[in-house]
Amino acid sequence: MSALILIELNGSEVSSNSRAAITAATQLSDAIDALVLTDDSANAASVASLSNINTVKIIADSNLEHISVGVASKLVAEVMAGYKYLISGSSTYSKNILPTVGALLDVQPISDVCEIKSNNTFVRPLYAGNIMATVESSDDTILMTVRATAFEHSGDEGSAAIEELSLPIPEQKSNFISLQESQSERPELTTADRIVSGGRGLGSKENFALIEQLADKLDAAVGASRAAVDAGFISNDYQVGQTGKVVAPKLYLAVGISGAIQHLAGMKDSQVIVVINNDPDAPMARMADLVWETDLFGALQELNEHSL
Amino acid sequence: MKIIIPIKRVLDPYTQARVNKQTQLVDLTNAKMAMNPFCEIAVEEALKIKESGAASETIAVSIGSEKTIDTLRTALAMGVDRAIFVNTESNLDLQPLHLGKILANIVKREEAQLVIMGKQAVDNDNNQTGQILSGLLDYSLGTFISKFQLSDDGKSAEVCREIDSGIETRLLNLPAIVTVDLRLNEPRYASLPNIMKARSKPLETIAISSFDIDIRPRVKVISVEESGSKDRASKQIQSAEELFFELSHLGVL
Repeated sequence: MSALILIELNGSEVSSNSRAAITAATQLSDAIDALVLTDDSANAASVASLSNINTVKIIADSNLEHISVGVASKLVAEVMAGYKYLISGSSTYSKNILPTVGALLDVQPISDVCEIKSNNTFVRPLYAGNIMATVESSDDTILMTVRATAFEHSGDEGSAAIEELSLPIPEQKSNFISLQESQSERPELTTADRIVSGGRGLGSKENFALIEQLADKLDAAVGASRAAVDAGFISNDYQVGQTGKVVAPKLYLAVGISGAIQHLAGMKDSQVIVVINNDPDAPMARMADLVWETDLFGALQELNEHSL
Repeated sequence: MKIIIPIKRVLDPYTQARVNKQTQLVDLTNAKMAMNPFCEIAVEEALKIKESGAASETIAVSIGSEKTIDTLRTALAMGVDRAIFVNTESNLDLQPLHLGKILANIVKREEAQLVIMGKQAVDNDNNQTGQILSGLLDYSLGTFISKFQLSDDGKSAEVCREIDSGIETRLLNLPAIVTVDLRLNEPRYASLPNIMKARSKPLETIAISSFDIDIRPRVKVISVEESGSKDRASKQIQSAEELFFELSHLGVL
């Protein structure tokens, strides 16, 4: 029962959600290969050192960095011949490609697996994670994305063989124009140990800088509620929740976030939750281990000035 | 150019989902239902394109039991021209692959150049149907879009996609499938006169059996359980000093 991991690269580095996918695969298979689509064959090296991978299959082509999902899914579907599982970490990358591969292979993919019960039975969230469903696949091939917060992130103790595949790259029907990347020196949101998250209560983009200041002090990542993103305080890739990123840090410090169901869905598994807000009845406060009911600007100023 | 907008009727997103212990399913009896919020955004975008003069017709499609018609009427009341109701005749557990196959049939029959749909339904949270539809039809795909601009010649569309690393801009050749994210637009409400007018707009019913599609579930739900946000024993804090002390004590600082 062999498994293929669709690896997602951030630049030349393997993403943390791909590492979670490898851990999930070890529970299903002892013959695990990795597939990477990249513009640079030198990127195979970082994939080959991942633990538990037998062979890294690499398709390298200068057009692949921003290739269309249509082309990517055709390549993945072709490489899938002979594999039982295709596993990738939940992200906008895999959520784009895997279902499209499902259409080509006539397989119903399974999204956001949080637990593996058996070789065809999995637990996944419904209704923003308020319901956990145990589901059983009857497909011969199983395609799934796994939550990076639900599986350990596999390490770098491997030395896999590298096999360069030369498949013809089909013509694409959508063309890349640009990528407006958020630049940040802070820890990455989905893997950070600590997150300071701000909501509508901050009131403005200028005030949101207080959140960033506190995050820097605590060596934390910055997060945001949908309301804060909608209001333009910060860009979309910082959104935590059902349709944003799912996080489970050691510390989640929520400032001025009332706690819509959709936001709670994205952070409820955090180890310690701190809420700073002036509304003690907000749903967020009921989730908290520590609550500071106060004017949030006064609190932020005090936190930013107080020595650790 | 015709635009197809597949829409879904779901449990009202501000209602807490509850499990019926006997059926081992989410209890939807007497529950407040609504159009999936992402579908409302898709409808709005289609209406804006039609109003700009670039589209000839907007067609909402929904697949489900008889009650799904209510949701289609809402789309008609918002301004969609006509509706197609695929009647499943019961509460079938249809999955994105089934939905994709049904929609592919309808898109081909209507010769639609553009499909605009929600990126996910807030009940099953699969985030798959648009992608599957594009794979089946081999049409270009733009997922998670926050901006849509049709070219002057109507042969392509520039879209901004909200992805994990930021915003990606792509040019999609038409025919295309796009799945919409939250920040694309602000959906309109249906006015009372439009709600009245919607009753006389065309609504075609197609029996699911008329599609040659195997609708047996590929992924079966064995059981469900509630795992909602659990309340925690909150401790009140009064100062930064106290907070830092507690966090150090808990070992998270």
